[in-house]
Amino acid sequence: MSNIDEIQIEAENPSNEIAAPVAPVKRMRKANKIQDTRGDKVLEGITTAILVFLLIIVAYPVIYVCSASISSAGALTSGRVVLWPVEPTLSAYKVVLSMDDVLLGYKNTLFYTVVGTIFQMFMQIICAYPISKRNFQGRSVYTKVIVVTMLVSAGMIPMYLVKQSLGLIDNVWAVLVSGLIGSSNVFILRTNFRNSIPGELFDAAAIDGANEFQCLVKIALPLSKATLSVITLYAIVGHWNSYMTAMIYLPARQDLWPLQLFLRNLLISSSNIGASAQEGGGNANASNVAEATEQLRYALIVISTVPILAVYGVVQKYFKTGVMVGSVKG
Amino acid sequence: MNANGMTLNQPVKLTRNQKFWLRVRRNWILHLMMALPMFYYVLFEALPLYGLQIAFRDYSAADGIFDSAWIGLKHYIEFFSDWEWKNIVSNTVAISFYQICAGFPIPIILALVIHINQKKFLKKLTQNVAYIPHFISVIVMVGMLNQIFHPQFGVLAAIYHELGIYTVPDIRYMDTTFRHLYVWSGVWQNMGWSTIIYVAALTGVSHELHEAAKIDGASRWKRVLSVDLPAIMPTISIMLIMRFGSIMSVGYEKVYLMQKSTNIEVSEVISTYVYKVGIAGGRQSFGTAIGLLNSAINSAMVILVNKIAGWLTDGEAGLF
Repeated sequence: MSNIDEIQIEAENPSNEIAAPVAPVKRMRKANKIQDTRGDKVLEGITTAILVFLLIIVAYPVIYVCSASISSAGALTSGRVVLWPVEPTLSAYKVVLSMDDVLLGYKNTLFYTVVGTIFQMFMQIICAYPISKRNFQGRSVYTKVIVVTMLVSAGMIPMYLVKQSLGLIDNVWAVLVSGLIGSSNVFILRTNFRNSIPGELFDAAAIDGANEFQCLVKIALPLSKATLSVITLYAIVGHWNSYMTAMIYLPARQDLWPLQLFLRNLLISSSNIGASAQEGGGNANASNVAEATEQLRYALIVISTVPILAVYGVVQKYFKTGVMVGSVKG
Repeated sequence: MNANGMTLNQPVKLTRNQKFWLRVRRNWILHLMMALPMFYYVLFEALPLYGLQIAFRDYSAADGIFDSAWIGLKHYIEFFSDWEWKNIVSNTVAISFYQICAGFPIPIILALVIHINQKKFLKKLTQNVAYIPHFISVIVMVGMLNQIFHPQFGVLAAIYHELGIYTVPDIRYMDTTFRHLYVWSGVWQNMGWSTIIYVAALTGVSHELHEAAKIDGASRWKRVLSVDLPAIMPTISIMLIMRFGSIMSVGYEKVYLMQKSTNIEVSEVISTYVYKVGIAGGRQSFGTAIGLLNSAINSAMVILVNKIAGWLTDGEAGLF
């Protein structure tokens, strides 16, 4: 391959070589910059094409769903919505945001997400900090407990029976307690506390009379913002999107259901949810109901996903450092 | 101490027990921190493990976990004498293999593409857009599939209409399309997100290697093959081993949502079966028995693939 490079350079340069003595320095530098070989240019072209293709594949359904949710029901069902909204209207959102199920689900999901995430982060931090201390005597025993339970897990039914015997069925705590400590998150945090924070800082604090608790709150946590924000994001996404926990543990308490469980009825079980949109309109015939159902479902998809994407947008700037801490150093 | 014949300058000798408690007292805050998490682990991780014994008992709510009668392998005999088991197991393995074949190489290729390409803005944009689907919940994902492939109003229908075909098949619940829909929607959701780990590994490749290769006249493509790929090979093999560790478990959340009576033949997998039999159907110990067998096979797969990976690379790749 080396000869291609040479040929390329020679082909570009002959005129410059002659002109070099009189040409201004700036121009000479530019001319002497090694050009990409033809092979490199082809590779660049192929990769660009793949990236553009990927962008379209991922972005198209997302844009389509958003457009469909603000297009009129008629335009949507007659197939006139291709990419951008047709006959924009917010009527679907008005209907969706006045549904009792959606409002109740939103309220419950917000509760589970906020309280659950706080609990989860608290537990994971106090679990990860002690085992990050190299000279902590109980470290290996505690670590073994975590590793063993991470490798072998009992599965759905024994867990169900344990929670049943604790009286957690149809109880808010069943949702808050499940997945309270993610062992892999604990190890990500432990690695971060141990490797990314200079041990001298803790030593200095100890000499100044700080106890371990103060070391955690005043040194370890402020210096781990990137990792903490990524793990918090995982926790928020997990709580916001989960439906199975509530389905298993809250079968009879519809008033405690999260948004996702209501969405399951509205999006997937084929009830004609459009009927509620037509009640005010008067002319509720079957085809109108079906048309309205389509539009409402797109609006439901958008309002249930936008909050979590907003959270991701906020946390995103920490991503480069935060995710890598867990994944590469392991 | 003087009475024992020791002088005061001699260091105080502590017994093992005393030493232990001294260290506990010195680290009491750390032990206190660990108390709550350990309580959680015992209650919600260890206790269920102990409860696994109901796989070999005839569990009934009245007798409880420890007083139900032992019945040995009866649940397994029952499961394997039912014609259904072959179907369930082969569905699980087929979906899982399909998922690995489709979903595993794509993020690696995309990460390489992102690494090779020099257009900074396009790269950033594509990466950030490609992460979005990862945050969509399974319910919304299945809802989106249902909308987009709606035989009357969906995008697919619009394409068919454009081509002049007015009888659009309802591919959402067909037994022939279930696997493709399931696997490729999963690929769509996670291909962007899964590149993160490989992109991170690629940025860690040493610059000196690239420069040396450049001086030797290697083209960009040659450098990908001889520098980048070998450098991320350990990451790839670890990811593959971990992926094989869950070969027998297809997540029930999405399958359960996509199931209809029309595709149940190809969509019933072990995890949905365990849920239906064990929790919805109330046969707890039968469900536990199937779940236990499932995780045992998973663990065996990890060990096996780890062995193979170590054997192929002379012990360099491998998890343990």
